[in-house]
Amino acid sequence: MTVLAPTPPAPGITARPAGVVHDLLAIAGRALRAVPRDVEVIVPPIFIALFFFLVNVATLQKVVEGTVGTFDIKAFQMPTAILIGVTGVSRAPALVLDVQNGYFDRLLLTPVRRTAILVGHMCADVVVSCALTIPIIVIGFIMGVRFETGPLGLLLFIAMAGLWSLAFAGFGYAIALKTGNPAAVNTSFLLFFPFLFLTSSYVPRSQLTGWLHTVSAWNPVTYLLEGLRAHTMNGWQWGDLGQAFLAIAIVGAISFSLCFAALRGRLKRG
Amino acid sequence: MPAITTERLVRAFDERNAVDGLDLEVHEGEIYGFLGPNGAGKSTTVRMLCTLLSPTAGTAVVAGHDVARHPEQVRLRIGVALQDVALDPKQTGAELLRPQGRLYGLGRADIESRVVELGRLVDIGDALGRPIGTYSGGMRRRLDLAAALVHNPQVLFLDEPTTGLDPVSRARVWEEVRRLNDELGMTVFLTTQYLEEADELADRVGIIDAGRLVAEGTPEELKRKVGDDVIIARVDGDPASARAAVTGVFGVQGVEARGSELVITADNGSATVGPVAVALDNAGVRVRDLTLRTPTLDDVFLELTGTHIETEEIQ
Repeated sequence: MTVLAPTPPAPGITARPAGVVHDLLAIAGRALRAVPRDVEVIVPPIFIALFFFLVNVATLQKVVEGTVGTFDIKAFQMPTAILIGVTGVSRAPALVLDVQNGYFDRLLLTPVRRTAILVGHMCADVVVSCALTIPIIVIGFIMGVRFETGPLGLLLFIAMAGLWSLAFAGFGYAIALKTGNPAAVNTSFLLFFPFLFLTSSYVPRSQLTGWLHTVSAWNPVTYLLEGLRAHTMNGWQWGDLGQAFLAIAIVGAISFSLCFAALRGRLKRG
Repeated sequence: MPAITTERLVRAFDERNAVDGLDLEVHEGEIYGFLGPNGAGKSTTVRMLCTLLSPTAGTAVVAGHDVARHPEQVRLRIGVALQDVALDPKQTGAELLRPQGRLYGLGRADIESRVVELGRLVDIGDALGRPIGTYSGGMRRRLDLAAALVHNPQVLFLDEPTTGLDPVSRARVWEEVRRLNDELGMTVFLTTQYLEEADELADRVGIIDAGRLVAEGTPEELKRKVGDDVIIARVDGDPASARAAVTGVFGVQGVEARGSELVITADNGSATVGPVAVALDNAGVRVRDLTLRTPTLDDVFLELTGTHIETEEIQ
């Protein structure tokens, strides 16, 4: 048997509550360090978003711009591409793996605040989502999209995309903590399809007809898109921006209620 | 002050009590072996004591704090290595230990020195920069143990720490546990289904069966309850008739038939083995071999519960 080194005493080491900021930094830091190792989390969203951006512009440009001379389809489509890219980006699948391999229990054994485990992952998600918007925006710039709200508007645009991603990620975390099943978590993205397609993703809301026009009025993504498009098409439209933030807040309130309830349930089950 | 106390501790799942009125007292600085077969309630007990699971009834106090009322105080004072190693295979060993230190409120310098110390302590220092997915089973166990020790806990819970390990790795973990206890005075609560492990490590052993503590004492005290010696007779034919032949032989305290074996407990084995052989021969029982040994904890368990602890043999 290997001869082991003598046990070092650790007299100065005393555990104490780290504080909420340290808790969040420790959890978010770990989640962010894992991102480069999970390339499959980053590449598909960017690829899909860019694909739809380029294809939609190529498909619709002549039709739309031929009908309405001043309409900029690229500026109109970029927010749609951004939402396709950032919606569903979350560490919820990684959290499921943590539950399965016992690391989640290891976290629960520490003095970390229980909510910090979830919020720390979400903070990492916001950083990743904001980073994912960059390549799409760069492609948009190359294609001629400009921000009518200037550099500050650009930052707000990225922040809105990140906050939306966060609000939607709550559903993934709720499913992750409720089921502990990676396949179930991956299907949470399907929730986004009605959000994305029953709205003004491809043409302005005024051009929608019948039932779709009615449904889009109830779809929070409609208002989010209009808020994002204010930056790329119309300038500071405070009404549109306010409604976009309200839409994010409503979706976030629902998804966060679900995911924190799921966290409480998992802690109770032990 | 005891390191761990439980009073009438209960945990129910649906209609079944996995832990059923458990009373325990573990002294500071001792290694307490919690022994029982699969499903006896060992892990459920540990999960309650380390605040992962709420008790259904009763109380548990660990390191001076009630686990239900002040779980955050308990968490600061305990280290836990659960039955399934709780590691992320994509992280490196150091990446696992550093956030662990942060969550216990350690400063950056303390964390770095602790990572080095623990890497040396559990003998994986060179591998700390490698992804955990590349570690052997023994190395994962030792890293898991290191993670439990980052904050220098008062009480260390080890839930079946050597299950699935090869004999060399198992012996190394035993060595570590002994050293933590000897040199740092750490209280160790060790669950195991390995009789040899409890015998080797524990100052005192509690035997749990069906959620209840059925015996407690030092390994020697428990073994003395069975008798001073055990004679094992492997016989051909009907063990029941062999049992009848031996029962009543002078010096025999008890006889159990286990398949083709008779387990005979005796005050003075060397004086009794001869009369036992004669009695079997007189009864026409063919004896394949006759062995004299001291009692094991399995004999204790059999005596107390009527069943064996089903477990693999430690080679």
